[in-house]
This record gives sequence, structure tokens and C-alpha cells, in this order.
Amino acid sequence: MSFIDDFLASWREYREPGYYDSFDYHWTMTVDLDRCTGCGACVTACQAENNIPIVGEDALARGREMQWIRIEKYWEGDFPDVKLRFIPMLCQHCDAAPCETVCPVSATYHNQDGLNAQVYNRCIGTRSCAVYCPYEVRYFNYNNHHWDAPLEQQLNPDVSVREKGVMEKCSFCIQRIRQAKDVAKDEGGRRVQDGEVQPACVQTCPTEAMAFGDRNDPESQVSQIMSDERAYHVLEDLNTAPSVVYLRKVEGDVV
Amino acid sequence: MSSDARPQELSYADVNRDVVRSLVETGSKYYITLACSIAVMLACFFFPWFYQLYYGIGAAGVNHPSVWGTYLASFIFWIGLSHSGTLLSCVLHITNSEWRKAMYRSAEAMTLFSLMVAAMMVMVHVGRPWFIHWAVPYPNQMEMWPNFRSPLMFDVMAITTYLTGSSIFIYMGSIPDFAAVRDRTTGWRHHMYVILSLGWRGTDLEWHRLRWAYTFLAVLIIPLAVSVHSIVSWDFALSIVPALHQTIFAPYFVVGAIYSGTAGIVTVMYFLRKYMNFEQYITKVHFDNLGKLLLVLSLIWTYINIVEIFSGWYGGTSTEGEAIRYRLFGYYAPLYWEMILFCAVAPLLMISKRFRTSFVPMLILSILINIGMYTERFLIVGTSLSRQYLPDAWGLYVPSLVELSIIVGSVAMFITLFLIFVKIFPSVSIYEVKETLPEPEPEPDTPTGEPEWQPTH
Repeated sequence: MSFIDDFLASWREYREPGYYDSFDYHWTMTVDLDRCTGCGACVTACQAENNIPIVGEDALARGREMQWIRIEKYWEGDFPDVKLRFIPMLCQHCDAAPCETVCPVSATYHNQDGLNAQVYNRCIGTRSCAVYCPYEVRYFNYNNHHWDAPLEQQLNPDVSVREKGVMEKCSFCIQRIRQAKDVAKDEGGRRVQDGEVQPACVQTCPTEAMAFGDRNDPESQVSQIMSDERAYHVLEDLNTAPSVVYLRKVEGDVV
Repeated sequence: MSSDARPQELSYADVNRDVVRSLVETGSKYYITLACSIAVMLACFFFPWFYQLYYGIGAAGVNHPSVWGTYLASFIFWIGLSHSGTLLSCVLHITNSEWRKAMYRSAEAMTLFSLMVAAMMVMVHVGRPWFIHWAVPYPNQMEMWPNFRSPLMFDVMAITTYLTGSSIFIYMGSIPDFAAVRDRTTGWRHHMYVILSLGWRGTDLEWHRLRWAYTFLAVLIIPLAVSVHSIVSWDFALSIVPALHQTIFAPYFVVGAIYSGTAGIVTVMYFLRKYMNFEQYITKVHFDNLGKLLLVLSLIWTYINIVEIFSGWYGGTSTEGEAIRYRLFGYYAPLYWEMILFCAVAPLLMISKRFRTSFVPMLILSILINIGMYTERFLIVGTSLSRQYLPDAWGLYVPSLVELSIIVGSVAMFITLFLIFVKIFPSVSIYEVKETLPEPEPEPDTPTGEPEWQPTH
């Protein structure tokens, strides 16, 4: 009974420790909050790269803006002694992602690169992933969007335009990762080198607050930044094992 | 208990006559009501829904943190309403309660139709309902299964099983009645009941098998019904949203479901009694017993609400604290206190027997309870999602006109289905009511040749 043997073999593989957390590449982003000025360049770059619709004034007022990466602002203290803190918030590509378990049709899943992938064509729009996500980084297409001429000319051909009724979110610019991997494959099947691939937000950041790379490679820039004592995950106590690492802002006169 | 259940002069022939009359004699009032409810269903449910299909889910008021809205609240509400019918009927059947026999048919029909409306609410809720079949496990050319880890997937399984189980249960219990009606009708009705009664002749063997299968199904359906609403609660409890991620949610939802379902039965009983001339069958005893049940359920429900708030406060995390504070004193606080008034305070009136046995106050209270229970579901969805972990992403959700219209339309859809039901199914069980009556005198050996009831056309 080859069918049963196949099934048992895949079952054993599935039961193997590390089945879920060992990946070919383990793409990771780091954000240094001490360098972040909250300028919003990453937001704009993402908008241009990923064909994110401009929803307009009405939808914005109704809380339906689309920003795969957004700058969260937190005010502290009373006037005149006011502090404003920024934190760029994007899909954390959690290794234990709550959104992946809840999708009834597996439209969102973990791929072999440790990315939390979203398949637009499979999504039926239950929106449960957005509820389950503690970071609130999933955005829903409440209606079809259009780009006023000539803006439709600048749509990125590598990224699909999403229709009404599907969920979307940051993909770590998966089209760039795919391209880099294709190039590496054509060049004799080598591995993608550190710094070879950068999402639009990392590429754009004027203060170089963000870095991107493979955590599996101990020599990579992100692996070294991750060992910084300021490194932390947002909402770490929820045990979602995020792939975005933040570096704490330096307060006061720390030397 | 059966002594004051109904006047003793009711005979077997009266039962046949009354029930068949409810099927074949239709007044103009019925047609006017049916026409109105169909019109409201088309205008308030299907028209806005088609608009939403064309425009997108944006026709509803949902926004970024609160991506779930009243559609999901309605879904839980209708699933909850479905809970008392078949479940109560099964529990009362295996405990041999006499008073069940006059009311269980319509209660089970309520289960069936609320489940159908709930299934429609899922279609309205999802963003791309034309792909909803992907959530059902079936072999397909994509070689894709649905995600078996998903609580929404469990939902699909549980609800289809419950729908199948309760359809079979209500149909099987009706077979002898279909046969009784078959023998007393003519024309197209006769042909319909010939098919529906599956050639029932009333032999001892047939009765034996029916009893056996009926009890078997009753025992099967009780755990099923409990599991269905537990699973619906897992849609919420398996998330990590503060105020939703709670172990109390499964019993909370089951109790809430039975509570609102029992109140729904009281409402339906009142109208059946009043407008279908079943005064002799549905009596004060039924309202009294249902009232006692409602009182107990309201106390359990209140207890669970207190536990929910206590454990949130005792947990001591800032997120849980904020979620509870927002529910109790935030934007939707008036709705919260309305729910407490309708579902926890007002039902205490049922302590008095005089209240339980008066029909109109019980009708009003049962409707209030269901309004309160709808509010509860709305608050669970609406307030929890607007206060999650990251304060920058907090929001406010207000239902749109399309959503409100679809709530009204779904009630009309339920009424339409029920109105069609009362003209096809004998809405009071003929053979089980007869069991509660004294046996008639043995008939003389030579038949008189007079039919006991003249068929009307």
C-alpha cells in the first residue's frame, strides 16, 4: 500500500522537531528606533512598490487606509513637556503566526523562507486573520480601487493588483526576494548573499534605521544587529515569534 | 402535570381536526402576512446584499481594527436561536416530559430555519462569497484541502452536521403525522403527503422502529448541539484578542444560545397559539415551564458575565483592563447596560408564577431577552476588536444602513420560512398529543361508514 506508506512518511516528517521552524532562508528585518525619525519615506516607498491603492479622503475618514507599513505615533506627557515616539509597524512574519491557523482556506501560510505569505487568489475574505493578528497589520480591500490617470502607468508589473474582498499585507517584498533567488540559481545555484535583496522600505530609509537579511547566516548584518542588547520584539509575551526585531531607543545620557 | 394541560373533553378526533384545519384552511390574514414578509425580505435583505456584492464589503461599516461587524453578530445570534429548539426537544424527549409534546415540532422548525438564516449570514459576511465552497473539504482540481486547524473550518463542519441532524430529526418525528394528514386531505396536498409520509401504515413494527431511531437521534443530537456553539465560541476564544481569549467562552456561548433560543420558543409559541387557534394545545403549563427554564438560564448567564469581568480584572494586564473598561464605560456602554437590564434584571420577574403564566408579559419579556442577546453578540464583536494591543490602531465601528437593513431582512426571512412551514408540517404533533389524552372507547366492530372528518378543498 504505497498510499499508506507515503502518508506515514509525510506524517513522520511532520512530527520531526524543527519541521516548522527550520527554513532555507530566514528573512528578518531590524528596525533601529534610535535612528528612526518618523519621516514616512518607507510608507511611500512601500505604496509605490506594492501597488497599494490610495483610498481617498472618505475611506481614510472611515478608517480604511491601506498601509502595509505604517508609522505609529505615541505621545507622552502634557504640553509643553511633550515627547513623541515613533515605531514603524509592518507584518512581523511571525513563525508562530495566529493568522495562519485561523484561515479556513489556507490563504495565508508559512513558506520555506520563513515568510508569512498571503495568496490573494485563494482568499475568501472572512477577515479572521486581521482579527487574530495582534499587530493590526492586515488590510482588507473593502471595495475595488482605481488609479487616476496617469498613475495606473506606474503600477509595478511584478506585484498583483488586489480585487475587492481579499486581505493583503506586507510581503517583505517577496517579488524582490524571488528575483534575487532566481539570479543566484542562474549563477550556479549559489546562495543569496547578504545585502543582495532589500525591501523597498529598507532601501529607502534615509537614516538607515532598517536592515534586512537572512538570519540563518550568522555573518549577515541582521544576525549581528539581533545580538545587540537593545533588541526586542513587539508584544513579545504573546509568543508569536516575530521576524522583525526592533532596537530600543536610547534614553537620556547613555554613553 | 397533564391534568391542567388542556381541557379533558379534547378527543382524538378533535386533535386530527384541529391540526389538519391549521394546514388546509388559510385565511386572507395569512396571505397578507406572507406577502409582507416576502416583500420585506426582498427589499431589506436581498437588495442591500446584491448592492454589497457589487460594491464590496465596504457597504458595511467595518473598518481597519474592527473588520468584523454585525454580520458576524447576526450569525452568532441565529446559531444561538437555533439552539433551543432541537436541543430542548431532545432533552425533554429522553426525560419523558409530557409538556414537550404540543410544542416540540415548532421549536424544532425554529432550529432549522435559524440555521438556514445563519448560513445566509455567513454568505453576507465573507468578502468573496462566490468562493465560499473552498471552505468545504471536497476533492478538487486544485488539490487543495481547507485548513483543518482553523476554528472557522470546525464551524463549517459543526453547522452542516447540526443542520443535517436536526433536519432528519424533525422529518422523522413528522412521518406518522404526514400519514395522518395524508389520510384526511385531497388533491395536490394528498399527493405531497403520500410522498412525505414514505408509505407509513402505522404497524407495530413501524412504530417500534420509529421510536428506536427517534430516541437514538435524540441522544446523538444533545452533545452535538452543545458542541456546535462551543465551536462557534472558538472562532473568538482561539484568537489572542484581549476580552475574547477566554476559556469561559464555550460555556458562555452555549448558555447564551439556549437562553436566547428558549426566549425565541416563547415568542413563537405565543403567535402559534394566538393565530393558528392552538389555545387548547399550547397552554399556561408550557409558558410556566419555559419561564422557569428561562429564569435559571438568566441566572447562569448573569453569573458567567460576572466571571468574565472578574477574571479580566484579576488577570491584571493593561490590555484586558482596557477592553473591560471600554465595554463597561466606553462608547457602547449604553448598549452594555441595556443588555444587563434586558437579560439579567428583567428576567427576575419570572420568579412570580403569575408573571410566568400571563401570555402578553411573557411575550414582551421574551422579545426583550432576544434584543439583549443580540446586543451581547454585537458587543462581543464590536467592542473587543476596537480595543486591541496597539493603541495607535484603536478604532470605532458603527454599523452602516446596509447592515441594519440586512438585520431586519434576516428576521423577515426567518418569518417567511416559518410561515411556509406551518402550512406544510403539522405544527403540533398529532400522535404525541394523542398520547397525553385519555384513550377513546373501543370502536364497534362494524364501521359506521362515516368518516370522522370531511376533507375540505
